[in-house]
Amino acid sequence: MTPQELSRAVDALRPRLLRFALLQLRDAAAAEDAVQEALLAATLHVGQFQGASAAATWIFAILKNKIIDEFRRRSRQPLADVDVEQEQAFEETLEEQFDERGHWISHPTAWADPQASLEQKRFWAVFEICISGLPEKPARVFGMRELLGMETEEICKELGLSTSNCWVLLHRARLGLRDCLSRRWFGEN
Amino acid sequence: MLSCREETELMSQRLDRPLSLGERFSLRFHLLFCRGCRATQQHFAFLQTATRAWREHHDRDSTLR
Repeated sequence: MTPQELSRAVDALRPRLLRFALLQLRDAAAAEDAVQEALLAATLHVGQFQGASAAATWIFAILKNKIIDEFRRRSRQPLADVDVEQEQAFEETLEEQFDERGHWISHPTAWADPQASLEQKRFWAVFEICISGLPEKPARVFGMRELLGMETEEICKELGLSTSNCWVLLHRARLGLRDCLSRRWFGEN
Repeated sequence: MLSCREETELMSQRLDRPLSLGERFSLRFHLLFCRGCRATQQHFAFLQTATRAWREHHDRDSTLR
């Protein structure tokens, strides 16, 4: 690939890279930085790409590593006060779904034909809103697990969490997303 | 018998690690009688399908146009 070809390819790819990074990093400047670094790394390896598709795969792999680096950096910092408050409020909404014996207060109901949603553009907008609405810590672990496709052990190691702590955060994230999609997309009340 | 909240923990962990025989039994038994947890299991499975579709859209379909 020539530098000119790479530059054209990158112009087409950039919006998707940004969207990918933004959903996980939840901060436009951090997402922009991660994408810039990945693209800069790509320009240094331009000669080794056989075509646009190979370059894209390579750039996404680098971007994922940049996102993990950022998650690792954040995991070493204490949560901001607003994040702690958001997490507490989130925990409360989850707990409110269960009575004191841990049984559902109002039973969740099955979603009708969820597969069909995957074809709808509006579904993906709601999906991203729900993920963005999770508190920082469960969102980070869930993103690494499901959006980056990492193994739980790897995630715990990267973030310095115990395995059981990882499982708790994943459980919270899934309950939260279930609740959000039920209310905002599948029309459960 | 485990509560619904505890069973949802098992349903979530099932997506991240193999459950023990006892855990699988507990979950299967609970699901026989609990509609809310059956729905939740469907929701968790769909979340996994949806996130996978999102990931594949970004990863595999990354051909430049």
